[in-house]
Amino acid sequence: MAVQVDVPPLAAPVRKTEKRRAFGEVPGLATLAFGFLVFLYLPIAVLVVYSFNAGNIVMVWTGFSTDWYAKAFANEDIRKATLNSLIVAVSATAIATTCATLAALALARGGSFRGKVVSLGVITLPLMVPEIVTAVAMLVFFANLGLNLGLGNVILAHTTFCIPFAFMPIRARLEGMDTTLEQASRDLYASDWETFRLVTLPLLMPGVLAGAMLSFVISMDDFIITLMVAGAGDTTLPVYIYSMIRQGITPEVNAVSSILLLFSILIVTAYWFTTRQKPGAKSH
Amino acid sequence: MIANLPDSPVLRRSLALAPALIIIGVFMLIPMVVMAIFSFLEAKSFGGVVWNFSGSAYIQLLYERMLDDSLRLSPGYLIIIARSFLLAFVAMVCCLIVGFPVAYFISRQPIQHRNMWVLLITIPFWTNQLVRTFAWIIILGRNGVIEAPFRFAGLLGADETLGLMYSDFAITVGLTYTFIPLMVLPIYASLEKLDFSLVEAAADLYSSRWEAFSKVIIPLAKPGIIAGCLLVFIPSLGAFIQPDLLGGGKKLMLGTLVQFQFSTARNWPFGSAIAMILLAFVMLFLILYARAARNAKAMDLH
Repeated sequence: MAVQVDVPPLAAPVRKTEKRRAFGEVPGLATLAFGFLVFLYLPIAVLVVYSFNAGNIVMVWTGFSTDWYAKAFANEDIRKATLNSLIVAVSATAIATTCATLAALALARGGSFRGKVVSLGVITLPLMVPEIVTAVAMLVFFANLGLNLGLGNVILAHTTFCIPFAFMPIRARLEGMDTTLEQASRDLYASDWETFRLVTLPLLMPGVLAGAMLSFVISMDDFIITLMVAGAGDTTLPVYIYSMIRQGITPEVNAVSSILLLFSILIVTAYWFTTRQKPGAKSH
Repeated sequence: MIANLPDSPVLRRSLALAPALIIIGVFMLIPMVVMAIFSFLEAKSFGGVVWNFSGSAYIQLLYERMLDDSLRLSPGYLIIIARSFLLAFVAMVCCLIVGFPVAYFISRQPIQHRNMWVLLITIPFWTNQLVRTFAWIIILGRNGVIEAPFRFAGLLGADETLGLMYSDFAITVGLTYTFIPLMVLPIYASLEKLDFSLVEAAADLYSSRWEAFSKVIIPLAKPGIIAGCLLVFIPSLGAFIQPDLLGGGKKLMLGTLVQFQFSTARNWPFGSAIAMILLAFVMLFLILYARAARNAKAMDLH
């Protein structure tokens, strides 16, 4: 009598490394990760897609059109707000990056001194305090001082919170930099100023550039602090977009928003490629 | 140009530090001190303060002054504080549940892919928060992307809505969406440093996947997890844009309450008091975090 026995197919010998890799791999993880990317980008995509909606109600698709972009470009208020945003961002970036570079040099090359930790704490303070608290504190301060410089108030406020964003990449660059070149320069009788101008600064430049780009993006995107600090005529683009959303949503809001998004994405990508270390770059 | 740097290193250092410290000191530290003082003054009817020292702004948080000048406990503002904590906490948990597996996945990719993933996760974070939150109005709102198919299928009448917008749910989605990169990146940073041979060792020693995960991976990723939780929780607690745009006027959080006191209610001392309370909570969490990080470092050295 033949007994039917289920013989399990011989398992292929599993190489140990393969088994190990399988151990660390969790099924479905790739799906989750790609789903996460969809979650991150879908809202942005929806926003951009609806900016090409012909109808004047955002969520009712009536056809493709670029009219809203034309309308946004022709809108005098949007142009003024964009100009304000650029003036503020350029000024705040220039001042903040200069201050941050000097401060980073003092903290990274000044040896250890009393007050170093406190200085570092003060410089990174804007990163720790919630934005809304900074916003109302500045509002109270400006209002009580009677300081009314128009766009100047906004520039001062932006400079303040941009300093730590400019400071961090510059300091990181300085700390990663080899000091032997600076020493060699001094050994070769260069003055301190020449060493700084001809050796330290050129080596530091990628950090400075990265810091400047970060503060530019932060300033262009700031909303809540500007909302509280800016006077009626000093509206920046995000504050203007906010007032548009408040008044009722037309695809014009989407069009302006899409332009702002594109702008930030370009700068952040540029920042990424500036700060990314090329393989082996550090070994020089 | 002949530039003479000051000879004394101390002077040089002080001059270099001065601009940054003065700007932040004058335009941020002093304003915060002024705000702290204002929180103990009395309100003028249309903004501004009366220089009468009083704790009435803090009392207003808990009590309502009745017509006969007696105080009655009023839970309204406590509910707003509780909502802020609850929504920030739920957003943090959502970020952790989604963020951890994603961070783990990225850390197991080849190095070129890893950098690409980090860039892709970083980009949305640096784009405008206001605009990204606005996008959720188009998705969750009346006639929005989610409701559209229901309407099309006739499941939702013209006057009906799923009620997704202007709810705690919408705020939580907005907070999770905005801050989740801040959860993924630090966890990824600690997982990337993780020596995977430790996990292989656990496998060789017959540990189950769950044991390897809970006894090897989680403890080693702990600094990243704690940093990520804090980086999501703190900005969520004081968020303004998400509760304002997605919560409507009724679902206030601490951030919107502060802004409301300065813009509409014009009660500066009360607004300052709430801002001080928010600041106190944030500082408390930062101190706890610094202490935990220091302890972890001390443990490492042993």
